[in-house]
This record gives sequence, C-alpha cells and structure tokens, in this order.
Amino acid sequence: MTAASDLAASYDLVVVGGGPAGLAAAALAARAGLSTVLFDENPGVGGQIYRGITTTPVTDRAILGEEYWAGAELAADARASGALIVNGAVVWSLDPQKLVGVSIAGKTRLIEARRVIIATGSQERPFPIPGWTLPGVMTAGAAQTALKAQGLVVSGRTVLAGSGPLLWLLAAQTLRAGGRIEAILDTTPWRNWLQALFHLPDFALSPYFSKGMSLLREVKAKVPVHRVDGIEALGKDRLQEVAFTSGGRERRLPADLLLLHQGVVPNVNLANAAGVAHSWNERQLCFVPVLDEAFGSSVPGIAVAGDGAGIAGGTAAAERGRIAAIAAVRALRPEATVPDPQAIRQKLQREEMGRAFLDLLNRPAESFRQPVGETLACRCEEVTAKQVRDMARIGCEGPNQMKAFLRCGMGPCQGRLCGLTVTELIAAERKRTPEEVGYYRLRPPVKPITLAELASLPISEAERKAVER
Amino acid sequence: MFKRLADASAAGAAVTLTVDGKPVSAREGDTVAAALLAAGIDHCRTTPVSGAPRAPYCLMGVCFECLVTIDGVGSRQGCLIPVRTGMKVETQLGKREAGR
Amino acid sequence: MAASAVHSDYDVAVVGGGLVGVATAWGLAREGCRVVVLDEGDRAVRASRGNFALVWVQSKGLGLAPYAGWTIRSSSAWRGFSDLLKQETGLDVCFQRPGGFHLALSEKELEARAAILQRLHNQPGIVDYQTEILDHAQVAKMLPDIGPEVVGASYCALDGHVNSLRLFRTLHVAIADRGVTYLPSHRVETITREGGEFRLATPHGEIRAGKVALAAGNANMRLAPMVGLEAPMRPERGQIVVTERLRPFLNYPVVTLRQTDEGTVMIGDSKEESVDPSGLTLGVSATEVERAVRQFPLLANVNVVRTWSAIRVMTQDGFPIYDESESHPGAFTVCCHSGVTLAANHALTVAPMIARGALDKSLVAPFSARRFHVQKAG
Repeated sequence: MTAASDLAASYDLVVVGGGPAGLAAAALAARAGLSTVLFDENPGVGGQIYRGITTTPVTDRAILGEEYWAGAELAADARASGALIVNGAVVWSLDPQKLVGVSIAGKTRLIEARRVIIATGSQERPFPIPGWTLPGVMTAGAAQTALKAQGLVVSGRTVLAGSGPLLWLLAAQTLRAGGRIEAILDTTPWRNWLQALFHLPDFALSPYFSKGMSLLREVKAKVPVHRVDGIEALGKDRLQEVAFTSGGRERRLPADLLLLHQGVVPNVNLANAAGVAHSWNERQLCFVPVLDEAFGSSVPGIAVAGDGAGIAGGTAAAERGRIAAIAAVRALRPEATVPDPQAIRQKLQREEMGRAFLDLLNRPAESFRQPVGETLACRCEEVTAKQVRDMARIGCEGPNQMKAFLRCGMGPCQGRLCGLTVTELIAAERKRTPEEVGYYRLRPPVKPITLAELASLPISEAERKAVER
Repeated sequence: MFKRLADASAAGAAVTLTVDGKPVSAREGDTVAAALLAAGIDHCRTTPVSGAPRAPYCLMGVCFECLVTIDGVGSRQGCLIPVRTGMKVETQLGKREAGR
Repeated sequence: MAASAVHSDYDVAVVGGGLVGVATAWGLAREGCRVVVLDEGDRAVRASRGNFALVWVQSKGLGLAPYAGWTIRSSSAWRGFSDLLKQETGLDVCFQRPGGFHLALSEKELEARAAILQRLHNQPGIVDYQTEILDHAQVAKMLPDIGPEVVGASYCALDGHVNSLRLFRTLHVAIADRGVTYLPSHRVETITREGGEFRLATPHGEIRAGKVALAAGNANMRLAPMVGLEAPMRPERGQIVVTERLRPFLNYPVVTLRQTDEGTVMIGDSKEESVDPSGLTLGVSATEVERAVRQFPLLANVNVVRTWSAIRVMTQDGFPIYDESESHPGAFTVCCHSGVTLAANHALTVAPMIARGALDKSLVAPFSARRFHVQKAG
C-alpha cells in the first residue's frame, strides 16, 4: 500500500479516478514514458462499471455479464504499465496550476502535476421523490455495487423504479443471482419514444441494441412492470411501502427496499473546483465540462475523460482516456510512440453511435427532476423543494444565492445530490434556462479532510503574514 | 434487505467488528457500509439537522449518508473503508462531538 | 426586455442588494417609502455571503473615536432589531451577545493586543466601555476547551454574533413582504439627475426614483462620483474554513473562530491584497486552521466541509462612509465594512434619515468622505 510519504513531489501526469477512463489513460501514458500516478479513493480499481473487478467474490461469470469481466484486462494492463496506482487516495483539491491535494490514510500531500486527467466519472442523477431519504431507499447503482464488490444480492421485498439501461441491467443481474424483484416501476415518459425513434436506425446498428433487447426480455419474463407517473416512499423511520400512480390509478406495494435510478450524470465537483468551465447539455439534462477534441478543458493542462466528459458508457470511457493521455504525451514527450489516435477515435465513434437514441429515450420526466412541496431537494441540509421554489419566486436567481439563503449545497455532499435539482427548480420558477441559472461554484476541499491535515500543509511566509498580523 | 451469494460466503476470511457494542460478522473485502447492510442494520446515523434516521444510499462515496464513527473518529464514509477485525463502529447520532 | 423600457417611479432606489442595501431598504419601507432595490446577479461578489457574522464592538474606533460610539449604538439596538424581524417574518436570526474574545497564542501577541486597546481607550472623546485583558486561567473559565498555548485574551462583554446568512435571507423575505421591488441582474451603469429625480440606467431599462442610496459596497467607488460624492475603497480578500456540524462546545465568539447556531465552526481570518474572489491559497487556510487547532485542540480531527473566500468591503481607512450629496440633492452613500454589526443602525437610524431627506450630522458627520481631504491636507 502506497503511503502519502511514498509519493514523489511531482509527476508528469496525475490521473484522478480508477475507472475505465483513468485506467486506460494511466496505462497509455506510463508506457509512453510519462511518470504517472493514478489516485482512486476506493479500496480497489474499476470505478463503478467495473467495481471490485480485482476483488469480487462473485465467481459465476453469468451473473454480472461478460461486459463486466472486460474490466479485468484494463486493470491488469494499468498495473503492468508501470503507472503508480494508489488506492484509498482521496483527491480533495485541484487548482488551475495543477497542484493536487491528496489524502491517504489521514495524511495529506500536495503534489505537482504537469498534466492532470480528471476521470472521476459519473454518479446517479438525484431522484427526489417524497420519502427518498428513508432508510430502505437506495440507488440501483448501490445494489449493483453491493453485488459486484461484496457478492450481496437483494433479499426481502424489493422494488425497482426509474428508467435507463442500468436499471434493467441490475434487474437482470439480480434475477440471475437468485434475487427476487416484486415490480419495476418504469418512469420513462411515453413522449420520449417519439423523440428517440428518429435515432432508432443508428441505435439498431450499435452494440447496445441486441444486448438491450435481450435484457429487457429476460427481465420482463419474470417481473411485473408498471409505467408510472408518480412514486412515493412511505414509512415511519424506514421504508414500509411504495405508492405509485399508474394509468391514473394509485396503488401501494409493501416493500423493504426501493432502488431508484434515472440515469447518470457527470460528477463535476473536482473539475468545477479547479475552475473548469461547464455548460448545460439539454439532451442529457446535466452540466458537462466544455472540452476540446482531446478532452482538454478550459484550464490549460487539465483534461476530463470518461463519463465525466458527458455520459457515453464504459467502453467509450476507455477510448476517451486514451485520447486525453495521447495529448498529454504529445505535450510532454513529443518523441514518444503512441497508439494511432485515429483508430481510437473510430472506436469511440462506434461506441457513441446509438447514444442519441438512448439519451432521448431515457430523459427523465420533469416531475421526477423538479420536486414540489415537502420533498427534500437537499438531503444533507434538509431543504425542501417548496423552500427553494419560494425563495426563487421572491427574486433569488441562482444557486449560489440560494445556497446562502437556505444552506442547500452546504452539507458534506457539496451539492452532488441537490445541485441539478436546485438549478432546475430555479430555472422553472424564474422561467430561465439551466444554462442561464448556472450551478454552484465549488471550491476545495471537494472531499472532507480534517483540520489537522489541512494544518499540516506547507505554509509560505507571505501566507502566514496574511493571517498572523 | 441483502443476503450473501453462496459463492461469496465462501470467499474471503470472516471478520468480526462491533457496531454500537454488538458483534457483527462480515467478510474481508466488505466495506463498513456493506457490512452494515448485510447485517440488516436499519440506519447508520441520525442527521445533525433534524435527527432523522439515515442509511447508506449510493455506496459510492457521493451521498455522504453512510457517515459513521469508526474507532473513535467520527464522520467517516463507511462505503469507502474496508472492514477489519476488531473495528469499532458506532452509529452517529445527530451532530458529531468535537474531540471524538 | 427592451433596453429602452422605462419603469415607474419610486421614492428611493437602493443600489446594492447586500446586507447594507436590504437593511436600509427595510428601514425605508417601514418609514412608508416606495423602494426599489437594484442588485447584481447570482455570481456577484457579495460580502454578505462571505463574512464572519460578528456583531463586534471590541477595538473598534482606533483612529476615529466616534466609530466606537456608533458601533455600540448598533450593538445595543441589535436585540430589538432582531425581534422586529422575527415578528414580521417568523425567522430567527439567532442573535447572541455573550461577549467575545480575541485570543493570543504568545506573550508578544497579548502585549500587542493590550497596546492597541490602550491607545484606543486613550483617544479623546472615546466612549467608555470595558475590554479586559485576561490570562489563560481566566479565559479557561469561560472557554474550557482552550489549548495550553493560549496565553490570554482580550474580552469585551458587548461582543456578539448572529447567523448572518439567515439575516440576509430574513431581510430579503421582509422586504418582499413589505412590497419593496427587488430587481436582481440590474447592475447600475450610470446615474443622472434630471427633472428633480434620479435616473438609473441598467441592462434592462431605466429606473427613476426621487432619491438614491448607494449601498453597493466596493462598487460605491465607481458610483459615488456620478452623484457628486466620493467613496474611496480598498477591497481586500479574506478566506474562511468551515467545519461539519458539531455538538455545541463554544459559547462565546472568538474574533477568528466561532461556532454557529447550526453547530458548524467557522475559522478565519486572513487579509490579502488579491481581489480575485474565486482564488484560494491553501497555505492561508492552513495557517488559519493551524492557529485554530492550537487554540482549540479538540478540533484536530474534525472535518473541513468547505472553504470560501470573499472580498471585504473596505473603505480607505476602514471606517464607514455616510454622505449626502450637495450637487445632487437626494443622493446618499451608505458604505461600511461591518454590514452585520451596523445592520441595526442602517435599518433603524440611517434609513429614517434618508426617508426624511437629510443625514443627522450630530450622529454621522465624522463619517463623511470629506475626512479624506482633511487628512490629505494635514
């Protein structure tokens, strides 16, 4: 295990995140001769899609599906490349000068980087329904992580709700593992099918199509599916029932576990805090970094690869990581040999084909993105949708002012679970676009560190004088 | 809510930790949050704002619901920390106490 | 919206929607004025979102003795002010005045502190109030968690603090309830006086009002000359570190460390020349935190949940500027560093002056910007 004190003072390339993009980038850069370190906060590499790939206790390959096992090669390649891979390493700070603040086992270091690739991937979109903070309500991704990394499968009365390929994949994996699912509540709006149909030909040619179709069949054969317009998690102190409206009728199902999923969105916190410019993507309904062809951001020397650059899936992520790494190699060691980026771009294009169809089909309904009333918009600070809407009505125009007024975004998650909701609520109330409204302005630490750790950082004379005066 | 797959039960050494003083069995490779879920523990903390019970939500370090006190140090993200035999985990009730 | 749109008349246009602006606007509305507040947008640099929330008396007035009296007046009126806001809005800004500390981590620091206080209280005309120098044992009686490196402190029973973000929200709610027009994203570009009224040009059209109160913080420097006044400003940056919520352990505010009613601990403070509001230097935060942990060792393992930096509104000499224009009658400047401490004065004393059309010289004459010329001549 690499300790904080084992790290060098500087590296050619720092990669943040050990998912497919990070692993592919680190491997390519290290092989091209760049001194490369990859930091990941989890006990093992793989990110989300390949979570637990080196340590999973699940031995029956059919449960998780072949796509998952493809991650093993990525992980092995990165290990063999000579890149330093550090697990349990939390990157809590990144500035435009590419100074990286990283914390390992409670000890913090500031590392200089000549280039940084942010590969922190995506997270699940917030799914603010009444009762979503009750114990017993989790994300579909959480159940998938528990399965991959710990070989845990759901038991008791489990309901899945939402939309998007991951929901169906989890359902299939759960059934194969012997888990039981009471129902799937599909929140895909009917209208999406009309918009998505235009892109159906592309999708039909893409690798997603046949995989997707067979997954759906597999799951629908065993689990009742209801198209729903509203969902509530009910219970005192923990989930006891799931209420939903389907075809105008209200129904209730007793449940022990409700798994929510309505797609994934880029995890923007580190990039945002580093000063990377973002803009609203109306098709994917989220903020994405503004990037050039090689995934370079508005901050020179900082690139964003993988799903963090915009949702495109795990295989695309690896190719993006490679393209970003090639740009870093070309900048720092132009004489080095690198794989042909053209070939990589072609692969990437094939992966991205069919994306438009999926994106349009899976755009979550407004009612599930813009809550009302007592539904919590901000889980950490327990701020309701009504509070946010009321404040927007009396003139609060943006999320940073809203944060000052209501404390939404001030909790430990730093807006990861409320940022999009708050922006969309303000946009709805003030009849503006999310692009106009903007997002929280974030700053380090993007993950908590202790006061003692912060106090241990090197302090210049000028900095000390600014305080002790 | 969660049970272990047959082949998963065989893999990995058994680990015993305590949660609020009571022994809980887990496997090597479990995160603290996963161990709590596998043991059927309902909630891992109550919020410092209203005291409402919360449990792990995302299991990937994003939601900060899985905050527990581990070996006397509070507000640790349980989903990022692997279990160890002898580890003392405590539910975090309300606001954390400084100095613990 | 057409840029040439003209809006209806108001009695007073307040330029600036920060704490000084909204406190003044609320006071004006209470006097029966029709008020419009012109504010910038979400990304505006706002000291109201980045301050230490102190309602502080200790050591104010070194260099301008009347400032001490002005400060104490506001501190004394603060309880009533917060009660009025609570009655109107139902929101409690959690004002507390238990007394406050300035801790010293060395004998040298304590002596320097005592010297400043000595000079302050020796000034002719200074109002009499008590600030004591305490040793470690005396401090420990009130702050049981202080570390061994705390040598002593200065303590003043008139010091206090408030939830300044809640104050900010409460004032915005209160002015909305009172029918004040609040216009965000209406940055004032020019101000002219024509036909007996003021015309303020903004990107969304012109606003007309009988009087104008400039409460735009550092931007007053740009705006004041438009109405025949001046407001020399010297903005500076400060950085703050905020912890997770903790069980209450600190019952008194310390000038660079306080525990809020929510339980979080705020740690400051720095004074930097850079005026980039989004910049943060880790070494500055580290220094603040290093001192905080020496002052309160029990905080060592507590988590930092966020940090922020803000640009202080700072006049040339650090003292407020209150002026009324002679060349443009009806134009006023309301400008200060301590928008939280002085909020009660702005709402209950200065606003009525503006409503009446004239500043009360007996109270605010020392704060006219004319003082900068006197100093230059001398």
